[in-house]
Amino acid sequence: MNDSGAAPAAETPTAAAGTVGRPNRIGEVILKAENITMRFGGVKALSDVSFDVRRGEVRSIIGPNGAGKSSMLNVINGFYQPQEGSIWYLGKSYSPMRPYIAASNGIARTFQNIALFKGMSTLDNIMTGRILKQKATLAEQALYIGRGRSEEIEHREHVERVIDFLEIQAVRKTPVGRLPYGLQKRVELGRALAAEPTLLLLDEPMAGMNLEEKEDMSRFIIDVNEYFGTTIALIEHDMGVVMDLSDRVVVLDYGSKLADGTPDEVRNNQAVIDAYLGVAHD
Amino acid sequence: MGASSTHAAADLPRAAHLPDIDRYDTFPKLLRYNAEHLGDRPAMREKDLGIWQSWSWSEVKTEIYRYAAGMAALGLQRGDRVAIIGDNRPRLYWTMCMAQALGAVPVPVYQDSVAAEILFPLEHSEVRFAVVEDQEQVDKLLSIKDKLPKLETIVYDDERGVRDYTHPFLHSYEAVLEEGDAKLAAEPGFVDAEIDKGQGSDVSIIPYTSGTTGNPKGVMLSFSNVMKAAYAGAQFEGLTASDDCLAYLPMAWIGDHIFSYGQAYICGFCVACPENSDTVLTDLRELGPTYFFAPPRIFENLLTTVMIRMEDASAIKRRIFHYFIDHAQKVGVDILNGRPTPFLDRLKYRLGELLIYGPLKNVLGLTRVRVGYTAGEAIGPDIFDFYRSIGINLKQLYGSTEAAVFVTIQPDGEVYPDTVGTPAPGVEIKIAEDGEVLFRGPGVFLEYFKSPEATEKAKTPDGFVLTGDAGFIDENGHLRIIDRAKDVGKLTHGGLFAPKYIENKLKFFPNIKEAVAFGHERDYCAAFINIDLEAVGNWAERNNLSYASYQDLSSRREVYDIVKAHVEQVNRDLSKEEMVAGSQIKRFLLLPKMLDADDGELTRTSKVRRGFIADKYKPLIDALYDPAAREASISSEITFEDGRKGVLEATCLIYDAETYEGAAGAAAPKAAAE
Repeated sequence: MNDSGAAPAAETPTAAAGTVGRPNRIGEVILKAENITMRFGGVKALSDVSFDVRRGEVRSIIGPNGAGKSSMLNVINGFYQPQEGSIWYLGKSYSPMRPYIAASNGIARTFQNIALFKGMSTLDNIMTGRILKQKATLAEQALYIGRGRSEEIEHREHVERVIDFLEIQAVRKTPVGRLPYGLQKRVELGRALAAEPTLLLLDEPMAGMNLEEKEDMSRFIIDVNEYFGTTIALIEHDMGVVMDLSDRVVVLDYGSKLADGTPDEVRNNQAVIDAYLGVAHD
Repeated sequence: MGASSTHAAADLPRAAHLPDIDRYDTFPKLLRYNAEHLGDRPAMREKDLGIWQSWSWSEVKTEIYRYAAGMAALGLQRGDRVAIIGDNRPRLYWTMCMAQALGAVPVPVYQDSVAAEILFPLEHSEVRFAVVEDQEQVDKLLSIKDKLPKLETIVYDDERGVRDYTHPFLHSYEAVLEEGDAKLAAEPGFVDAEIDKGQGSDVSIIPYTSGTTGNPKGVMLSFSNVMKAAYAGAQFEGLTASDDCLAYLPMAWIGDHIFSYGQAYICGFCVACPENSDTVLTDLRELGPTYFFAPPRIFENLLTTVMIRMEDASAIKRRIFHYFIDHAQKVGVDILNGRPTPFLDRLKYRLGELLIYGPLKNVLGLTRVRVGYTAGEAIGPDIFDFYRSIGINLKQLYGSTEAAVFVTIQPDGEVYPDTVGTPAPGVEIKIAEDGEVLFRGPGVFLEYFKSPEATEKAKTPDGFVLTGDAGFIDENGHLRIIDRAKDVGKLTHGGLFAPKYIENKLKFFPNIKEAVAFGHERDYCAAFINIDLEAVGNWAERNNLSYASYQDLSSRREVYDIVKAHVEQVNRDLSKEEMVAGSQIKRFLLLPKMLDADDGELTRTSKVRRGFIADKYKPLIDALYDPAAREASISSEITFEDGRKGVLEATCLIYDAETYEGAAGAAAPKAAAE
């Protein structure tokens, strides 16, 4: 970690005290990425990156293209297995993390390029987010008896709450392939929410959206955080959004951590400014 | 017209199946009546979590009693005004009854208005309490709270996002009910005693008129006004407790108040609220109401959607569709009106019902409609006849807030597309010397709230109300409305200029969303036109015309050519009518943005505000009347939905349209203009 000049600020638990009206929202550390190094052949996507996520906060990972943001998210939920380092999550250390462990322990995510079942309805897509909660046997589900029936009703109710929350009632039965991009993103968020996650990973939730869609999505992210108390780690390119939403921000550049702290600290960090705007050579 | 003549309809005798509204003379009293007589029948439905939830009359009564007790505990008193802001939600309808039970007066406000717009009615009506739907409305109120010193308490229905607000004057609906339980435990007879204090002559509601000119006015309507008007309407159409309606139009609109509240309480029928404003069409289809009302705009939109979807259908389906729709247009209206029709035509119509009309009505959710009203504006004869021809009993209604809606209704079997019907039961209509329509009846409002001068201007000493509309009674005894009296003008060559008449003709084309015609004291008539993004966009897609935005599409010559054909069709129609042959449209342009209520160009009920538009787009109008101008530029302020402002800069083309010699040889517009 060569350029982590602003990092110490992250150690103070009051770092996010600037967020008004949401007192005592942020709790203990629930996830730590410890010295993660990830290589693809000769390319070092991440080198020795460490940071933590606290319960209830909105934590952003930002950086220029190719900085390793998506790789970092993929390492957290076990989609990628790093060569070095470990993920500490809710009291246990995993090296590496495995996707099924992440999913069954309450880590849900959305993807940069939408990964929905295009031919299925909004409702069915969100229902897939409940799969890990289903205990009924195949026979019970197929015949719609016993737990198959009671679970279906219970899950459907939960999914309907998510639909209501995200205000997508009007497209409940529309195949998602027919929905505009912004709505598909919302459905994907819905599927992640259906899993009732402890930690929600959002990979560029606002990429390719217009201003109105971005505002809607920001509102939903804040509401998810406030209403369900879900911890959120997100990658985003839109600086305005990041600075407004986040409690703390990690900045990556060329696979290394450049800075870590509150939006204000990061904004004024010289290394970050240089990375984004370039350095003048004269 | 000669000396002013009065046309009146006789009062209908009291209906046996409806309650005696002289005895149950307020809505809370009717609530008690309905809870007693219709106890288990559904009073209200709302789709929530994908399922239709319903409340019976007795459940509604219990809820409203708890609610009223809770609000009384919060300090709501007889004579207070209570603002209601939000989409159609059961709890907001209950708020009306709750306020009336305590002797307070509900003031419904248009829920999509921006903060600056709701300020006037709230300030003017001096509301102490506001009941709102959700965070959006709470935020709006908080942003203007310092300008509303009288506003003490805000109650919200949906707690999402509001939960963490710490303002002491904010209360959730649930919390109010809990307060109510405590109060009712101490004083069980409290609400009943309050209801007994109410009388038919008390003010029941103060809706604010949308105000095409100047500030909105608060129209004070008594229980007797609303109830007698609603009763007469219900009796006229034979509404009963087994009817169903969908409440989806703004609660602040008097029509919704009469149909979804007044008549629902009088007849005891069930009112359903949609899941949210985007799902109305789906909900309509699921519900299949028997009693349906919509402004012409909605019928136009539905028809446009149907036509677009048919364009995309396979060739065979399209042929069948057009074959039967053509047949329906030939005989459908006669069949609905009960006129004699040849047997073979009837048979073919039956087949059409099986193949096309039935399924189409089902998709539109209009299968069960027994009584359908369109009101608020004139509906295009083609659109009107389309719905009637496929067997939907759609009727026109002429009304106003000042009349508690009903002035004239088209009786079954006497429906003509160009009239608005005969006087409603108990209503007298008079045509003044200058052609203005006046009415008097049981629904006539008490006065404008805090504006005696306005009341004096609107009401004659003998109780007639001036509508501001010019019209006449035709040979069948039906009222025909020409236009707003103040909008009717004259062209310089002397021809009559009735802008709305021309605009309506233009708007009948699915490609045209909105039009504004100019011509008063001008040499010729010219128009602004808004294209319909859905219809024209679909056309563009099918013709491989790529476009970036509404503005871009509106500036394409290809689009201008289509609209030009429509304008010329209108001109041909106008040339055949002696009175208006002179007001054919000589030049037009396509506006680069949609006219919008947020920018003040339309009223909240989507009526064009001519004066405002004429000022705002003055450069464009000047160019329309400058023979040398082939295009014009405008920079106009636009308001986003969240209230922020932006500036739109655009250049529009100006097209000339062909005008035609009048059939009667009346005014020769070509000669006059060149």
